[in-house]
Amino acid sequence: MTYLGMPTAPPGVGQLRGSEPFPDAARTALADGQLRRNLANATSTIRAKRAAVVAEVEDWQELRAAAAAIKDDVLAHLDSYLPQLEARVTERGGVVHWARDATEANRIVTELVTATGSREVVKVKSMATQEIGLNQALEEAGILAFETDLAELIVQLGDDRPSHILVPAIHRNRTEIRDIFLSEMAGVEPGLTDDPAALAEAARRYLRQKFLTTRVAISGANFAIAETGTLMVVESEGNGRMCLTLPDTLITVMGIEKLLPSFTDLEVFLQLLPRSSTGERMNPYTSMWTGVHPGDGPQEFHLVLLDNGRTATLADERGRAALRCIRCSACLNVCPVYERTGGHAYGSVYPGPIGAVLSPQLTGVADNASLPFASTLCGACYDVCPVAIDIPTMLVHLRDRVNQDKAAGHRLPTPEAAGMAAASWAMRGQRRWTWLLRSARLGRWARLARLSRSPAGRRLLPPPLSSWVGSRDLPEPPAQPFRQWWAEQ
Amino acid sequence: MKVALFATCLVDGLFPDVARATVRLLRRLGHEVVFPQQQSCCGQMHLNTGYPAQALPLIRRQVEVFGEYEAVVAPSGSCTGSIRHQHADTARRFGDERLAVAAESIAARTYELSEFLVDVTGVTDVGAYFPHRVTYHPTCHSLRLLRVGAKPLALLGAVEGIELVELPGAQSCCGFGGTFAMKNSAVSSAMLADKVAAVAETGASVCSAGDSSCLMHIGGGLSRLRVGARTLHLAQILASTRSEPVPV
Repeated sequence: MTYLGMPTAPPGVGQLRGSEPFPDAARTALADGQLRRNLANATSTIRAKRAAVVAEVEDWQELRAAAAAIKDDVLAHLDSYLPQLEARVTERGGVVHWARDATEANRIVTELVTATGSREVVKVKSMATQEIGLNQALEEAGILAFETDLAELIVQLGDDRPSHILVPAIHRNRTEIRDIFLSEMAGVEPGLTDDPAALAEAARRYLRQKFLTTRVAISGANFAIAETGTLMVVESEGNGRMCLTLPDTLITVMGIEKLLPSFTDLEVFLQLLPRSSTGERMNPYTSMWTGVHPGDGPQEFHLVLLDNGRTATLADERGRAALRCIRCSACLNVCPVYERTGGHAYGSVYPGPIGAVLSPQLTGVADNASLPFASTLCGACYDVCPVAIDIPTMLVHLRDRVNQDKAAGHRLPTPEAAGMAAASWAMRGQRRWTWLLRSARLGRWARLARLSRSPAGRRLLPPPLSSWVGSRDLPEPPAQPFRQWWAEQ
Repeated sequence: MKVALFATCLVDGLFPDVARATVRLLRRLGHEVVFPQQQSCCGQMHLNTGYPAQALPLIRRQVEVFGEYEAVVAPSGSCTGSIRHQHADTARRFGDERLAVAAESIAARTYELSEFLVDVTGVTDVGAYFPHRVTYHPTCHSLRLLRVGAKPLALLGAVEGIELVELPGAQSCCGFGGTFAMKNSAVSSAMLADKVAAVAETGASVCSAGDSSCLMHIGGGLSRLRVGARTLHLAQILASTRSEPVPV
C-alpha cells in the first residue's frame, strides 16, 4: 500500500492535530467533572431526540443505502463532477478557486477579502474554515472575522476551541456562557442572567449590528450540486441566511467531497441530515444560491474548493468511505468515548468516531497515530451513521496502517508488535499453546491475580497489566484449562 | 446434532467453567459435542489491534480445525463476530481467495450460543433452574455485530426461578474493547464505573452476558468495588438445573 504523491494536510496550519496523544488528553478531560456533566446532559438529550425522529421514517435503511451509493459515486467520479460544478458556477457569475491545502486556501481567501477593501468579515459556521484555521490567517492579515452561529460565537469569544461538529460549545453550560458574554461581548448589559432566552437575545443584538455593517461573508457548504452549480447551507438560527444574503461579497470554502451530482439527490440527504444531527424533522433554515443575481444578494461570489488531504484519503480504498461524511455528528452523540472525553481530547476539529477515522487520513496516520485506537469498537457509530460509514472496520484498518507506519520507521519491532507476534506463534502450535495454558495454573497467574487485589501488590505489576489493575481486579485462575478437563474425560 | 465447540482462547485458559457449562447444556439438549483439540484463538485480538498479518495464520488454523463440522458453537459474541465479519475479509486482503471462501463457509456454520439455541435448534426453554436475581449486559458485538437481539433474554426469561431485572443503559459499552482497556485505561475505567454502578443499581446478585471478555472486565470492576454481585456467563445460567445448580 503506498500513498506516495498524495499530499496530506500540512502541519503548522489549521486544526487537525492535537498537541498530545489521545489517552493523555482524555485523562485531562476526564478529570473535569463539570465538562462530563455538560456532555452527558447534552449528548443524552440529542440521542433521544434523534432516535425518536429516525424511528418515524420507515425507509431509513434504504435512505442510508441510497446516500452511501450517491456519495460513493461522487467520490469515484470527482474528476468529472468537480469540473462540471466549476463550469456551472462560472456560467452563473461565480468564480471558482482550487486550493491544494489549508495554506493555499487561507491565502486565497485572505487575498479575496483584502481586495474588497473590507477589514471585517461575518462567518457562517463552517467546519472547513475551522479545519484550515482561517480565522487565525485572517487575523494575521489584519482582518477581523466574526462568527455568527451562537455556539461558534461562544467559542470565539471564550478564545476556545470547538468540541463538537454541530454543537461547538457543547462543553459549556449556560452559566459559563453568561460569564463569557459578560467579559467578552462588547455592549452587553451588565445584568445579563443565564436564562437561555436572555443569552440568545444578547447574542442577537450583538450580531445584528455585524450583519448590517459587514460587507463580506465567509461560509462553508453542506452540499454543492454539480449539475446546477447550486450551493447549500442548512442551519437553525437564521444567521446563515443573513450572511448569505446581506453582504456584497460571499466567499464559500468547501471540501471537494461535498458534491452531489444532481438536485434530486437532495431528497435523500435532506431527510437524513436534520434527523441525524439536531434530531429535527427539518432544519429551520435551508439556503441555496447559484452564482450571482443582479440586484439581489451578494454581487460577488467565490467558491474555494479545498483538498487538504482529501485526495490522499481517497487513495485508500479501505478508508475513503470516510469522505461520505455529511458532518451530522450523530456518531459523536452516541459514542461512549466521546461522551466521557468531549471533543478537545481528539485534538482535531473533527472529534468523535468520524474524527478518529478522518483526521488521521487527512494528516497522514503518523500525525494522529493515537486516534484510531480511541474506540472500543462498540459499533454504535456505524448504527447511526446516515451515510453508513463502517467506522469500526475503518478504525481497525487504520490501526494496521499506524502499526505498519511505526514498523517502517524502526529496525526493531515495538514491544507490542513483538508481543503480538509471540502470541500468534504460540497460538498456532497445539503443544506449545496447551503448555502455555496449563502453565498459567502453576501459580504465576494466581500470584498476579492476588497482587491485583491490593494497592501495594498492584504497584508491582508490569505493563500492560499495570494499566488493567488501576480499576479492575484480575480474575482468579482456574484449577485447569478447559482442554485439560476435556482430555481427562 | 453434532456440534463442535469453539471454546475461544480466553474461556479455555481462564474461564473453563463457561466451556464446561456449554458442553453440559448442549448435551442435555441432546447434542453430541466434540472439542477439536487443535483449536486456539480466532485472532480477534490481533485483528482489532491492527496486526492482521499475525491473525492470518490463526484464521488459517480456524479453517483447518473446524472445516468439517456441520455446526460450530462458541460461547462468545465477539469471537463469532470476528469469524463472521473479519476472517474472509482479512484472507482476501492478503490475496488468499481459497482461504476466504473456506472462511466464509465456516462463518456460515459458526454460531454464538444463543443464536444456535434459538435459531438453529428452535429452543428457548432449555429446562434450566436458577433462582436468583439476574441482570443482563447485552455486549456490543452480540448486539451490533451479530444482531442477536432479544434471543439471550428469551432464553433467560424461560429459566425457572430466575428474577430477571433490566440493566439501566444496557446497550452502552462496558469499556473493555480488548487492548483499548489498556491503551486508554482512563476512558475505559470511566465507562466501567458507569456500568458497575448500573449493575449495583439493579440489586442483582448476578450480572450475566454472552461474552467472557466483557464479563472479565465488568467482574474486575465489581470485585474491585466490592459491589457484591458476581458475573456468570449466559451458558452457566442456562446449564444450571435443580440437580446440578451453579453456585452463586
